[in-house]
Amino acid sequence: MSLTPYIVLSAILFTIGAVGVLTRRNALVVFMCVELMLNACNLALVTFAKQHGNLDGQVAAFFVMVVAAAEVVVGLAIIMTIFRTRRSASVDDASLLKY
Amino acid sequence: MSLSLADAQIPVVDPGAADGVLSLLWLVIALPLAGAVVLLLGGALARGAMDRWGHWLGTATVAGSFALSLAAFFALLGRDEADRQVGQSLWTWFEAGGLKVGMDLLYDPLNALFLLLITGVGTLIHVYSIGYMEHDPRRRRFFGYLNLFVAAMLVLVLSANFLGVFLGWEGVGLASYLLIGFWQHKPSAAAAAKKAFVINRVGDIGLSLAIALMFATFGSTDFSVISAASSEAGQGTLNAIGLLLLLGACGKSAQVPLQAWLLDAMEGPTPVSALIHAATMVTAGVYLVVRSNFIFELAPAAQTATVVVATVTLLWGAVLGCAKDDIKKALAGSTMSQIGYMMLAAGLGVAGYAFAIFHLLTHGFFKANMFLGAGSVMHGMDDDVDMRHYGGLRKYMPVTFLTFAMGYLAIIGFPLFSGFWSKDKIIETALAENLLVGLCALLGAGITGFYMTRLMLMTFFGEKRWEPGVHPHESPKVMTVPLVVLAALSVLGGVLLLGDWIVEFLAPVTGVAEHHEPPLPALVITTIVVAVVALGVAAAWFLVGRKEVPRTAPTEVSPVVRAARADLYGDQLNDVLVVRPGTSLARGLTTMDRVGVDGVVEGGAAALGGLSTVGRRLQNGFVRSYALSVVGGVLLVVLALLAVNLA
Repeated sequence: MSLTPYIVLSAILFTIGAVGVLTRRNALVVFMCVELMLNACNLALVTFAKQHGNLDGQVAAFFVMVVAAAEVVVGLAIIMTIFRTRRSASVDDASLLKY
Repeated sequence: MSLSLADAQIPVVDPGAADGVLSLLWLVIALPLAGAVVLLLGGALARGAMDRWGHWLGTATVAGSFALSLAAFFALLGRDEADRQVGQSLWTWFEAGGLKVGMDLLYDPLNALFLLLITGVGTLIHVYSIGYMEHDPRRRRFFGYLNLFVAAMLVLVLSANFLGVFLGWEGVGLASYLLIGFWQHKPSAAAAAKKAFVINRVGDIGLSLAIALMFATFGSTDFSVISAASSEAGQGTLNAIGLLLLLGACGKSAQVPLQAWLLDAMEGPTPVSALIHAATMVTAGVYLVVRSNFIFELAPAAQTATVVVATVTLLWGAVLGCAKDDIKKALAGSTMSQIGYMMLAAGLGVAGYAFAIFHLLTHGFFKANMFLGAGSVMHGMDDDVDMRHYGGLRKYMPVTFLTFAMGYLAIIGFPLFSGFWSKDKIIETALAENLLVGLCALLGAGITGFYMTRLMLMTFFGEKRWEPGVHPHESPKVMTVPLVVLAALSVLGGVLLLGDWIVEFLAPVTGVAEHHEPPLPALVITTIVVAVVALGVAAAWFLVGRKEVPRTAPTEVSPVVRAARADLYGDQLNDVLVVRPGTSLARGLTTMDRVGVDGVVEGGAAALGGLSTVGRRLQNGFVRSYALSVVGGVLLVVLALLAVNLA
């Protein structure tokens, strides 16, 4: 069977995630879009693993999941703290760290 | 100069071991040095006692040195003529690789005479200073500096190598600087001290380069090594060393073109002018030339240069002496001129060395005498130095007048006085070597007669032109006794020439001259010299003595007088040739540093700063714009990879 549809889906998911990160202001949505991109990558990794007939891609996908989980823990904690202090979850509001 | 290498018979310096009183040679230097240390440093410990006894201590150390010098002199006379060079190695000064410089002393007829002059005249001037500086609150320090000077001068003349000479050379320069600026509360004195120091530095560069060249050529600066090896060195090297030594001598001895400091140096106390700027330090240049005879004899270009410099200076100084109303400056011009005579004799080579030293000694006597006399006059005239405010002082200061008159007769070369013998010999030798130079020396003798007579007439004769409230009086005994002794020496100094004694005595150092027949018989030359001097004296009587001397200097004068009053534009010449180009160069360098170097460094920093001001706008704090730049970057990388892979 052809693996092209998986790759195409992965590309579509990644693009949605990327556009979401660039356009959405809500930190939680931006965060979900980042997860979406990570998972698009995972899909591509698994597809290529199937294509080459070895497990390297699948191992990498596991690594990405572990990193993503850790990232969620830290990221959500930061977002929570920002929301508590500034009463807003907009990423544009948290722009004090600049020139 | 037509001195060929063949008739240069310069004895090699080859000192024997010191014994008896001669082994105490180091003590001659150590005594005044100890005096200087005690007087300059001890004042902090025992100020009261030092201020009460310091001047006696300072005088005693120099007197002790004089006694030792006298004993050493007679010990030297007792030796065989061939055996009259004595060396003493004190310690190794420094040693580096093949170089070894010792603290060595040399005692021979030449520096025996110098020792007697320095310590003898030095003692008299110390005694005189006790009276002259009586009311100065810093008298202790003054005597400390004087002792320091004597010690440095003795190092200069006793050293057996050029580096030791250089040590003393710098020492006397320092002492001269300290003493010219002794009354440093006067801005003019401070400026004069600085001027003397800076101009002397120019000469010192010459001496230090000469020493470096000697190290490079001979591997040593010992007189004994160089005198033995100089005949094998190249002509060019010897000429270079000779010219550099001459530059050093010009600085110390105030010869043209480094003459401008001497007249200003008269800002110092008068005993200083007498000791340092007339009798001893300024003659160090002559000593240097005579001592380096083993180089000058083989360096005809340097000898010619010496003669030219000396001839110019002897006329230059004489012209200055004619125009000055300041009694000390007139005497200083005369000092320049007389040192010109000594340099001239030294430049004439073997035939002249002994006469250079002879004139140096007699000049040391009569010029110290006259400077101290001038100090005595100033003492009585409330420190006024303007001769136009003097007049008729002979009745009020008889001792000063009589002793000054002895010095006067000696310097103009009145027959049978000491200056007559010494100057006459120099003119005679100059005439035998080169007619033009001889005639210049003859002319200088005439001008000497003129300016000294003018000085005499304006000070001691004529009407009183005193400032109101001035009551001249004879100086105390402590000042007049040295004057009497020096006056006696000025009269009798000529005995040194009896039976050519000084020439034969110095022969182990200066060599024996082949006899050159002067163009005229000696008696005729002497008669001409006396006639020319008489002409100068008569001219002074005609121009100054006959008439009333105006109390203020006449302003409507000929350009010649105006030039002479302005030191023949020596300062302006230095200004145009050295000071102003130097200032411009320094200014240019500053500008280059500020604009060029600073511009590059500071400009670079400013450019980076400006760029950062623009660049930091990228850090706008918006997470999404950072994300966009990440995406953009990734896209660029991907495009680049694709481009590379597809191409």
